[in-house]
Amino acid sequence: MNAAAARAGATRQRLVRVVLPWLVPALILAAWELASRAGWLSARILPEPWAVLQATGRLVASGELARDTLVSAGRALAGLAVGGGLGLLLGLLTGLYKPAETALDSSLQMVRNIPPLAMIPLVILWFGIDEGAKLFLVALGVFFPIYLNTFHGIRSVDPGLIEMARSYGLRGWELYRHVILPGALPSILVGLRFSLGLMWVLLIVAETISASSGIGYMTMNAREFLQTDVVVVGILLYALLGKLADLVARALEKACLPWHPAHQGIR
Amino acid sequence: MNALTDAQALRPAGRPETPRAAEPAEAAAVPRGAAPGPVPATATAAAPLATPAVRLRGLDKRYGDRPVLRQLSLDIEPGSFVAIVGRSGCGKSTLLRIIAGLESADAGEVHVATPAGSDARGGAGQPGVRLMFQDPRLLPWKSVIDNVRLGLPRDCLARARAALADVGLLDRAGDWPAVLSGGQRQRVALARALVHRPQLLLLDEPLGALDALTRIEMHGLIERLWREHGFTAVLVTHDVQEAVALADRVLVIDAGVVDLDRRVPLPRPRGRGTAPFAQLESEVLGRVLARPS
Repeated sequence: MNAAAARAGATRQRLVRVVLPWLVPALILAAWELASRAGWLSARILPEPWAVLQATGRLVASGELARDTLVSAGRALAGLAVGGGLGLLLGLLTGLYKPAETALDSSLQMVRNIPPLAMIPLVILWFGIDEGAKLFLVALGVFFPIYLNTFHGIRSVDPGLIEMARSYGLRGWELYRHVILPGALPSILVGLRFSLGLMWVLLIVAETISASSGIGYMTMNAREFLQTDVVVVGILLYALLGKLADLVARALEKACLPWHPAHQGIR
Repeated sequence: MNALTDAQALRPAGRPETPRAAEPAEAAAVPRGAAPGPVPATATAAAPLATPAVRLRGLDKRYGDRPVLRQLSLDIEPGSFVAIVGRSGCGKSTLLRIIAGLESADAGEVHVATPAGSDARGGAGQPGVRLMFQDPRLLPWKSVIDNVRLGLPRDCLARARAALADVGLLDRAGDWPAVLSGGQRQRVALARALVHRPQLLLLDEPLGALDALTRIEMHGLIERLWREHGFTAVLVTHDVQEAVALADRVLVIDAGVVDLDRRVPLPRPRGRGTAPFAQLESEVLGRVLARPS
C-alpha cells in the first residue's frame, strides 16, 4: 500500500519534471496565437504561430530551408575547424613550452580584448563580402575561448601528478599522453562549448551583412519583402542549431570524461 | 647507465680505502657531538659491513636563508625498515625527497644502491626507488588497474593484477579512483609502487590523512608486504607509535640533524599495548618534544 503510494508519487514527480519546463513556452505560444487572431498583433510585427508553421512547410517543400541550413552549418563548422584548431594548437604550444608563452601570450591577450565584431569594417575591406569574410569572423571568434581554456587547462594540471609521473619514469610524449593532456581535457571541452555558442552569434552577424545564401541571407531577403513569417522561421532555426551544438558538446564531454565526478552521479 | 650507477653504489663499499667519503663524515661528527644528549657516535659505526642501501654523507640543504638539513650523514642497511620522525618542518620530508632524487642537496653525497634485478625505471628519481606520497596521486582519468600499470611495459597486465591482489583490491580493478575510499586509494598507490619491484620504498607520511582504524590496517599490510618482498623501507611520519610499530630503527630528526638513532628490538608482530612498546614510544616521543622548535 505504502509502496504503491510511493510509486504513484514518483510517477507524478517524473510527470511534473517532464511537463513543467514546456508549460511556459506552450502558454506563450497560445497567448501569441490568440493575440494575432484577435488582431492585437499586426502580422507585420509578428506573424501568428500558424503562419510561421505554414512558412516552414513552404520552405521545406521548396528545398530552400535545407539548402540554406546546410550552407550556414558548413560555414560555421569550417570557421570552428580553422579557429578552434589554431586555438588548440597555439594553446598546447604556449601551455607546454615556456618560451612560446613568453613570446606569444601577451600579444594574444591584447588581441583577445578586441571584440571580433569590431573587425567587420576591416574584414570587408580585406575579404570583400565573400566566404572568406565569414570564415575569418567565425574563426577569429572561436579561436580565443579554445586557446585560453587549452592554455589554462594545461597549466592547471596538478603538479603533484606530474611529479609522481616523472618519478615513475614517464617522459616526453608519454607524460603528455597519460597525464597532461587528459588533465587539460575538461578545460579544453569547456572552451569548445563557449566557442560553439560564439560560433552562431558571429555567423548570424556575418550572414546578415551580406550573403547570397544561408539562413542569414534567407531572413534578410524575407525582410525586404516584408515576409515576417520567414524571418521568424530563420530566428527559430538559429535557436535550434544553437541548442543542437550544445547537445553535441555535452555528449562529447560525457564520452571523453567518463571518469569525471560530474558524470558519475548514477552508477 | 646501469653500470654507472652500480659503480657509484659500489664505490662507498670499499670503505677503508675511500678517504674522500670518510672526511665529510668526520666533519659531520663535529656539530653532532656538540648536540646534547646521548647521540650514537656515528651511523657508520652501527651499520653492518654489507653495502648500505642508502648512504648519505654531509648533506646540506637550505631554502633561502633557512637551513633544512645540516651536515647530515646516515647509512641504511639493505632490507631494513627505518622510520624517520620529527616535528613538521624538521627536514624529514626533504631528506626523503633528496633520497628519491626529486630534490638535490646543496652539498654532500647521496648514494643509493641499485643492484641488478630491479627493473624500476629511473624517473626524475633514482632507479630502483619508488616513493609513496602523502596523497595517493592517482590519475583520476585512469582506472585502478591502469594507474597501477603506469610506467610499465604494455605486456605487464598480469603483474599489475598480482600487485593489486596483493593489496586486496583486485575486485576494484575496473573502477575509477574517484569512487574509492581514502584508504583504498593509498592501497592502490602502494600497489603502483610495488609493481616496479623497487629495492627501496620511500614512504612520505602515506597514512597521514587516514582515520585511526584504517591506519592500523595499513600498518599490517605494509609490514606484510615488506616481509614478503624484502625491500628496504624508509618511512617518514610524525606518528611515533606508527614508527615504533613498524620500524627496525627509529631516527629522530631535529633542526636538520639526526638527534636520536634508536634500534627497535621488539619481536614482530608487535602488540601495541605491551610495556616495552610503550616505554620505547615514550622515549622517542620525549626526544621529539624535548626541544622547543
